[in-house]
Amino acid sequence: MQKLDETGMKRKSIALRRDILTMLSRAGSGHTGGSLSIVEILVELYYRRMNIDPREPSKRDRDRFVLSKGHACPALYAVLADLGFFPREELWTLRKLGSRLQGHPQYGLPGLEISSGSLGQGLSVAVGLALADRMDSLDNKVYCLMGDGETNEGQIWEAAMTASHYSLSRLYGIVDFNKLQIDGFTCDVQHPGEFRHKWEKFGWHTVEVDGHDFQQLSKGFDELDGASDRPKLMIAHTVKGKGVSFIENKAGWHGIAPKEKELASALEELKEQEEALI
Amino acid sequence: MPQERKEKESTRDGFGRALLDLGEKDSNVVVLSADLTESVRAHWFQEKYPERFISHGVAEQDMISAAAGLALSGKIPFACTFGAFASGRAWDQVRVSVAYMNLNVTIAGTHGGISVGGDGATHQALEEIALMRIIPHMTVVVPADGEEAYDATVQAAAIKGPVYLRLGRSAVPTLMDKPPLETGKASVMKEGEDITIVACGHMVFKSLGAAAELEKKGINAGVINLHTPAPIDEEALIAAAKKTGRVLTVEEHSVYGGMGSAVAEVLVENCPVPMKMMGVKGEFGVSGEPDQLYEHFGLTEGHIVEEAEKLIKRK
Repeated sequence: MQKLDETGMKRKSIALRRDILTMLSRAGSGHTGGSLSIVEILVELYYRRMNIDPREPSKRDRDRFVLSKGHACPALYAVLADLGFFPREELWTLRKLGSRLQGHPQYGLPGLEISSGSLGQGLSVAVGLALADRMDSLDNKVYCLMGDGETNEGQIWEAAMTASHYSLSRLYGIVDFNKLQIDGFTCDVQHPGEFRHKWEKFGWHTVEVDGHDFQQLSKGFDELDGASDRPKLMIAHTVKGKGVSFIENKAGWHGIAPKEKELASALEELKEQEEALI
Repeated sequence: MPQERKEKESTRDGFGRALLDLGEKDSNVVVLSADLTESVRAHWFQEKYPERFISHGVAEQDMISAAAGLALSGKIPFACTFGAFASGRAWDQVRVSVAYMNLNVTIAGTHGGISVGGDGATHQALEEIALMRIIPHMTVVVPADGEEAYDATVQAAAIKGPVYLRLGRSAVPTLMDKPPLETGKASVMKEGEDITIVACGHMVFKSLGAAAELEKKGINAGVINLHTPAPIDEEALIAAAKKTGRVLTVEEHSVYGGMGSAVAEVLVENCPVPMKMMGVKGEFGVSGEPDQLYEHFGLTEGHIVEEAEKLIKRK
């Protein structure tokens, strides 16, 4: 797969945001804020780092991407369609009866690694994947993307302990730290406290980056690649609803889709961003 | 095999023996445990195949989802803990991580039923059959003795989809002259004319004893060992109901949603006959010796005889 340069990645992110907003708008429901916040993380992984092949989506030694925050699946669907795992037209079937693009991810869609949607389970599944890889003497990587609100779930910390106990050094946790969850700011709903410190104390090697800055994302993953035999965690500071001014940083945009007029003005904003790249 | 047959063996022991043999036959078999390794009889596997044994600590939810991850990569995981925790605490993980993806994960829940004894209500699982059988794709097996537990475990490894094994703590008599366990197919232990007793797990032996007592009273009771409440063998149940016209179900489990309910669901749609469901009714377990508890909850041979007679008299 051809690797994109930084402008190419920015351009790709805008195109993906366009697809995400359009599919959500056509579906009439879905999770806009948390889909838009993870775009650059997905682009860095899928277009630069991961060993995957859309022609052979099940090859045993592929890198794995586990979307634990399943509600952000429109972003993942947009990426998988763009990479050719399934036809792009399917994006417009999101949430419709008979579609493979369920409201929360359902295993069976090419390129999609797990069903998710009930929060807190993905990191444990990723632990199982990493354990299997080790038993089979493979050196591929397993990435697991979680939400910051999702880390309220106790199971995340159970998995954090197991990963640490087994020194799963090829397991990469990524937290989309957008500071909002359904009920409001994470610090009001359930304060994250000394978040990075907690993961460190659980035995993980951590980095903290701007999750929309490709240079920082790249540097962060490089540092994790070179780190010790511990499991790895990236705290990616992001903006919920990133890329559309009237959606950014609003908890109310967690679980709703843009209406037709809102979509039009969002696409207009994205067009301006694209033009600014030239 | 016959010369090695044990007169009494717990179903958890039969499970543990099978794990050991499966481990030898297939290097993809892995065992996950949540700090109850010896209690669930996974320690024999652990000693022999430490590299394929995963210790999660007391973290059942993590264990079940990790089993899903292992299955996604072609492993054949057996996740073991007490039934109360496997089916209750980790229910959502069983539903979403395992069953929704229809993965080849076997969940072994030991310490099912009141025969757990002294540990009391928190550890006496009485709800697993109900909790597990309502999940799509799930196979639920309740072996009646150690040999059936062995067979059910071996067969679970080959089933492409999730399996829940309900296992017991205490040693139970090994049943003689039984058909070999075939998951999904009810075992007719004794043909009858007047009434059919449908039982599972430890209640099969007691039901056979009750049938022998009934025989002395001139009542010809059939006994079906419904070791697989899900998917249920409708054909065998309908045939027995048609033949005998009376069905008595007996389980060491809540009667609400359990094996008896599963039987009733089949019969009410296909062949409604007078039924009685024996089990625990809307109560938690209590501490005591297993035999005292069978008496306390009305699940002895004598109680089965009594209920069968009442059911036969019912119009």
